[in-house]
Amino acid sequence: MDNRKGILVCGEFAEAKLAPITIELLGLGRKLANELGEPLSVLLMGSKASGLTQETIAFGADNVYVADDALLDQYNSDGYTQIAANLCQQALPSIVLLGHTDVGMDLAPRLNARLGGGLAMDCLALSIDPATQLLASTRPVFGGNAHATMLAKSARPQMATVRPKTMPPAARDDSRQGQVLPVEGKVDPSAIKVKVVERTKEQVEGVKLEDAEVVVSGGRGIGGAQNFAMLRELANVLGGAVGATRPACDEGWVPVRLQVGQSGKVVSPKLYIAVALSGAMAHIAGCLGSKVIVAINKDKDANIFNVAHFGIVGDYKEILPALTAKLRELKSG
Amino acid sequence: MNTIVCVKQVLDPEIPPAKFKIDAEAKQVIPPAGVPPVISVYDERAVEAALRLKDKHKGKITALSMGSEKAADVIKHAIALGADDGFVLQDAAFENLDSFGTAYVLAKAIQKIGEYDLVLCGRQAADWGAGEVGSILAEILGIPVITLASEIQAQDKTLRVKRIVSDGFEVLEAPMPCLITVGSEIGLPRLPAGPRLMMARKKVIPIWRAQDIGAEPTKLDKQNAHTEVIGLSVPTRKTECEMITGATPADAAAHLAAKLSKLI
Ligand SMILES: Cc1cc2nc3c(=O)[nH]c(=O)nc-3n(C[C@H](O)[C@H](O)[C@H](O)COP(=O)(O)OP(=O)(O)OC[C@H]3O[C@@H](n4cnc5c(N)ncnc54)[C@H](O)[C@@H]3O)c2cc1C
Ligand SMILES: Nc1ncnc2c1ncn2[C@@H]1O[C@H](COP(=O)(O)O)[C@@H](O)[C@H]1O
Repeated sequence: MDNRKGILVCGEFAEAKLAPITIELLGLGRKLANELGEPLSVLLMGSKASGLTQETIAFGADNVYVADDALLDQYNSDGYTQIAANLCQQALPSIVLLGHTDVGMDLAPRLNARLGGGLAMDCLALSIDPATQLLASTRPVFGGNAHATMLAKSARPQMATVRPKTMPPAARDDSRQGQVLPVEGKVDPSAIKVKVVERTKEQVEGVKLEDAEVVVSGGRGIGGAQNFAMLRELANVLGGAVGATRPACDEGWVPVRLQVGQSGKVVSPKLYIAVALSGAMAHIAGCLGSKVIVAINKDKDANIFNVAHFGIVGDYKEILPALTAKLRELKSG
Repeated sequence: MNTIVCVKQVLDPEIPPAKFKIDAEAKQVIPPAGVPPVISVYDERAVEAALRLKDKHKGKITALSMGSEKAADVIKHAIALGADDGFVLQDAAFENLDSFGTAYVLAKAIQKIGEYDLVLCGRQAADWGAGEVGSILAEILGIPVITLASEIQAQDKTLRVKRIVSDGFEVLEAPMPCLITVGSEIGLPRLPAGPRLMMARKKVIPIWRAQDIGAEPTKLDKQNAHTEVIGLSVPTRKTECEMITGATPADAAAHLAAKLSKLI
């Protein structure tokens, strides 16, 4: 039907390290590529990309496209869209995969707007539909209350962003062979209409939420900013981080970067303690990968108890201090 | 400064999961009885963003909604909050459009309105929420786009936008006209003021059909849909939850602590 072939992963890296999502996408892409009998390619953008080409090959790429351009060292929507769109028009991949990350959330819809493909965002599962050999993408809809599976019957490329931490990372094999191909053309500076004038990293005290092995999250039921101190104390005892639901962030009780969920961060700690939050699907979407979920809620019918492994029904104000004290005692004992 | 805000009417996403029902065969959601549709959460934030700019710079806010005749309610909601005007885009040909079709219809309506400095959208609709209409709309209109804004400032003909990213924030600048999508980071929306609420309720919201905006039938042909839903399901994940109890809350907490200390 068309001469498009292969899977292209839009890679991400920082400080000379591939982003975990890119390793996950390479694993997924390799699987799909094998099933289709087509090649897997990856696009790396920026002047420091060349150091990572062998690594992406080891993680499963057959071809590595390198857009060596200092104008791509920092993510900027216009430059990335231009280069990625040009490559897609030249290399004609049938499938394009991106991470559902800061970059992917912005780049994927823009790229697709330019290419006119079929995009599914925030996918949880991807497979090759046996009947059509097309990419079947499953994504949350209605705030995660339902999952929809979509196909792009004729629009190309078939595109998807994939939620971080939902796919196993690719296995590394340093003996793998692949080819490195330069991307023709540089960013046209006049095409950069939106300029990045500042980028600030915020220092996080203690453990980073995304990397924490224990997360203590609070919801609307916490009732105020100062009450979050109780959650922080528990998190400290367990060497963990504090998270929150959207309403808690909306109210300004905690910074928005602590939001866990479909439109916040995805965490997969060993232990997730959900305090005074109802367990809306859009929140749970951000913590379903946790090994053990504990719920503390005064409403015994709260949805969070449907996904938790341990639960206590009650007022968190009466439970948390005792829980923290007892855990501290057990830890030091 | 003239702003156009795109607002979608959706099934209230905050209905409890237990009430959420689908028709898997028809791949449709069955709206529970007695739950009125609402303005999509992020679109309400987009209205708020428009109002904050208007508070500072004056100008006019126009709200657009493609949907059923009932979508007049979300336009009235935007007007009650402070928008000046609004239109409903309703036509049999607009039903069940994908993101490209939706963006096309919105673009035609925006081109009919003509003058604007800023178009605001939500980051994603709270129903089928593809999170891509804004980007396609900007591409059709040929204007720059910034997604996921948490703060918008205007000066002369330049917009300065803060976006929160996972490890900090960035500040972007773009010339007007520009399209910006807004997330919940922008902050809570204001409440409608009493007198405006009354005024908005009485207001007649004009309806624009395909021919009113000059939408070409080929662009609305479902055969050309970029994506198609082939399955809809309700995720089931029911964990056996062990309820921990005790004589007092502190007791229960101690029991839980004992369990947890074995895990970590
Ligand atoms: C497209 C979309 C994306 C979204 N993205 C996100 C997201 O990323 N993250 C997110 O969190 N939400 C998100 N939401 C919102 C989500 O649907 C819910 O509205 C939200 O998660 C509810 O937050 P909550 O549980 O804190 O509040 P509520 O639902 O109000 O729950 C509060 C809970 O606290 C309990 N409680 C009250 N007081 C006490 C007490 N003293 N002790 C114990 N328990 C108490 C109550 O019983 C109740 O269960 C999204 C929604 C949509 C539509
Ligand atoms: N039917 C519609 N009417 C008005 N605006 C819409 C409509 N559909 C989408 N939008 C706008 O586009 C944004 C993104 O939608 P989506 O890409 O469907 O998630 C929404 O938050 C709205 O601002």
